[in-house]
Amino acid sequence: MKKRKVISVLLAAAMITGMISGCGNSGDAESKTDASDAGAEAEGKVYYLNFKPEADEQWQALAEEYTAETGVPVTVLTAASGEYEKTLKSEMAKTEAPTLFQVNGPVGLAGWKDYCYDMTDSDIAKGLTDESFALKDGDKTLGVAYVVENYGIIYNKVLLEEAGYTADDITGFDSFKKVAEDITARKDELGFSAFTSAGMDGSSDWRFKTHLANLPIYYEYQDEGIDNTDAIKGTYLENYRQIWDLYINNATCEPALLSTKTGDDAVAEFVTEEAVFYQNGTWAMTDIADVGEENIGILPIYIGVDGEEEQGVCTGTENYWCVNSKAAEEDIQATLDFMNWCVTSDAGVEAMCNEMGFVIPFEGNLESSNVLVNEANAYLEAGKTPVTWNFSTMPSEEWKNGVGSALTAYAADQTDEKWDAVVTAFVDGWATEAAAAK
Amino acid sequence: MEKAIKRYMPIFILPTFCAFILGFIVPFLMGIWLSFCKFTTVTDARFVGFSNYVDALKDTVFRHSFWYTALFAIVSLIMINVFAFLLALALTQKMKGTNLFRTIFFMPNLIGGIVLGYIWQLIFNGVLASFGTALGLNEWYGFWGLIILVSWQQIGYMMIIYIAGLQSIPGDVMEAAQIDGASGIQRLFKVTIPMMMPSITICMFLSITNGFKLFDQNLSLTAGEPSKMSEMMALNIFNTFYGRTGWEGVGQAKAVLFFILVVGIGMIQLRATRSKEVQQ
Repeated sequence: MKKRKVISVLLAAAMITGMISGCGNSGDAESKTDASDAGAEAEGKVYYLNFKPEADEQWQALAEEYTAETGVPVTVLTAASGEYEKTLKSEMAKTEAPTLFQVNGPVGLAGWKDYCYDMTDSDIAKGLTDESFALKDGDKTLGVAYVVENYGIIYNKVLLEEAGYTADDITGFDSFKKVAEDITARKDELGFSAFTSAGMDGSSDWRFKTHLANLPIYYEYQDEGIDNTDAIKGTYLENYRQIWDLYINNATCEPALLSTKTGDDAVAEFVTEEAVFYQNGTWAMTDIADVGEENIGILPIYIGVDGEEEQGVCTGTENYWCVNSKAAEEDIQATLDFMNWCVTSDAGVEAMCNEMGFVIPFEGNLESSNVLVNEANAYLEAGKTPVTWNFSTMPSEEWKNGVGSALTAYAADQTDEKWDAVVTAFVDGWATEAAAAK
Repeated sequence: MEKAIKRYMPIFILPTFCAFILGFIVPFLMGIWLSFCKFTTVTDARFVGFSNYVDALKDTVFRHSFWYTALFAIVSLIMINVFAFLLALALTQKMKGTNLFRTIFFMPNLIGGIVLGYIWQLIFNGVLASFGTALGLNEWYGFWGLIILVSWQQIGYMMIIYIAGLQSIPGDVMEAAQIDGASGIQRLFKVTIPMMMPSITICMFLSITNGFKLFDQNLSLTAGEPSKMSEMMALNIFNTFYGRTGWEGVGQAKAVLFFILVVGIGMIQLRATRSKEVQQ
C-alpha cells in the first residue's frame, strides 16, 4: 500500500518536472537575450528572417561580426527553400517577430503592407544607386532591393563550338532556333542535346511558369507603357509558345515526361555535358561550377519579337528588404542601422558581394567573381537593354500553378486545343486571380 | 486506496490536460474564430463575417476536390479492409513464419507519407514512362496511384487490428459451429464476422477518416496535377491558405467545413457499424 503511494507520488513528480522543464526552455531563451542586451548596453535588437538558404552560413557569420562590433544582438533565421511565406506568417504572429524580412515585389507587398515600415527618409533607401530598386506604395518607400540578379540561357561554350557555332551566331530567335534544331538533328553524332530537360516538377517549373513567362509580359508592358496590370492581353503568347516548343522538342527527354524531371536533373545534364543550353540565373553558378568557369556563358532569351537583337539578359530583383513597422521603436532603429552597415561598411560589403556572391544596388558594390554576373554585365556594357523582372506582378501563386499545369499538359500533347488552355490560364486566369486578390 | 487515487486525480490529469488545451482546444477555437476573419498573421485578425464561407462554397475546385476525396475514401476503405481482413485470416492459420509475414506486412506503416509519396512517384513514373506518359498528366492515374500507395501503407496496420480481433474469438463458439455442421464459409459469415464487428468498426473508422484527411501522400505523389484535378480536400485547404494573398481566411473556413464533414461522416459510420456489433 505504502509502496504504491510512493510510486504514485513519484509519477506525479516526474510528470510535473517534465512540464516545468518544458516551459523552462523558453524562459532560458528569454534570459539569454536579456543577458546579451544588458551586457552590451545596446538598445534594440535585430531579428532577420532570411530568404536565401544558400547564404545562411554567411549571414550567420555577418550577424556575429556585427554583434561583436556594435553589441547589438542580431538573430538570423533562414526559411527552408520555398517555405518563406509560411515561415514568415508564423514568425510574424509571435511576440518576438522578425524586425527585418523580405517580400518579392508589389504582389508580396500587398499582403504585408500593414507590417512595412516607411523607409523613405532612411539612409539605406537614399543609398540605392537607382530609384527603381525601391519598392514603393504611392510615395512611401516600403522595401529596398538588396541584391540584383540576372537570368537567361546559360550555355556551354565548348559544346557549342563542337557543334560548329559560337555565341555570336545567336542574335535572335530565328538564329537560335536554327542552332538548336541543327544540334537536335545531329544529336547522335554529337553526343549531346540542345537543351537540358525543361522539368515541370515543383523544383524546376518556376523556371518556365515564372521566369520564362516574364518575357511575354515584359514586351506587353513595354507596348502598353505600363508596369502592372489587372488584365493581361497576352499579345506575345505566340512567342511564348515558340520558345516553349523549342525548349521541349530539342531537349534531352521526351516532352511527355517533363512533369517527372526535377531541377537537379537539369543541373546534372548540364554538368555532365549532355546538353548545351540551360535556362537559369546567376544564382545557379555554384551548381554548375564543375563545367569550368571559362566554359560558361549566358545568352539573352530571344522569343522572336521585333528588335530583340538589342535585348539583353533579364535583370532585376525579387528580394526586397522590409522593416517590421510593428516592432519596438528601438528595434526598428537597430534594424535600419544593421541594414545600412551591411551595404556600406567594408566587412558588410565584402560579405555580401564576395562571400554571398551578390550584386548589391548600392555605391559600395564590388566587382563580382561570378562569371555569369560578369557575362550578364557585358551585355549591359555593349548597350543592350536589360529585360526587367515583371513576374513579381503576377497576381498569385495560383496563377503560376495554373500556367505551369497547362504548359505541362501542352508539352505532352502539342495541339492547338492544349495551347488554348495555356492562353486561358494566362489571360483569363490573370483576370480572375487579380480580382480574387483582396 | 480508491479514495486516494480519486484525491490525486487532478494532479495526474493536469499535465496532459494542459497539453490538450494548448495543443488542441486553443488552436481549434482560434481556427473557428479566424474562419470569420481576414488576416495575414494569426494574431492580427479583422472580423469580416461569413464572406469567407461564401468564397469557400463558391470555389468549384473545392467542390471537385470533395467528390474526388469522397470517391477516394470509399474505394480505399473497401480495398484496405478487404485485403487486411484476408491477410489477417491467412496469417492466423497454423503455419510457419506467420510472425515474420506479419512484421513484413506491417513495415510500410513505419515509413512517413511524404517519403512514400516520392518513392511511389518514382516507381509509377518509371512504369508509365515506357508508355510515354506520366502520373501528372491524368487525374485517374493519380487516383489509382494514391489507392495503391495507401493500401500498401495501411493494410498492414489494419491487419494487426483484425488479427487481434480474430484471436479474441473464443474457441468454443467456433467448435460449436463446427459440430453443428457449419461449413467454412458459413462459419466466416455467421460466426467470425459478427464476432469481429468491434474490430471492423474501428478499422473502418480509421480508414475512412484517413481517406478524407489524406494530405502528405497527395502532396508528394501528385501535388494536385494535372491542374488541381487530383487535389484532395486537405491539400486544397493548404493551397488556398498559401496560394493567394488575402485568402488565408477562406482556407480557414474550408478547414472548418472540412472538420464538420469528417466528424459527421465518422459519426454516421460509427453508428452504422456499432449497431451490428454483438455481445460475446
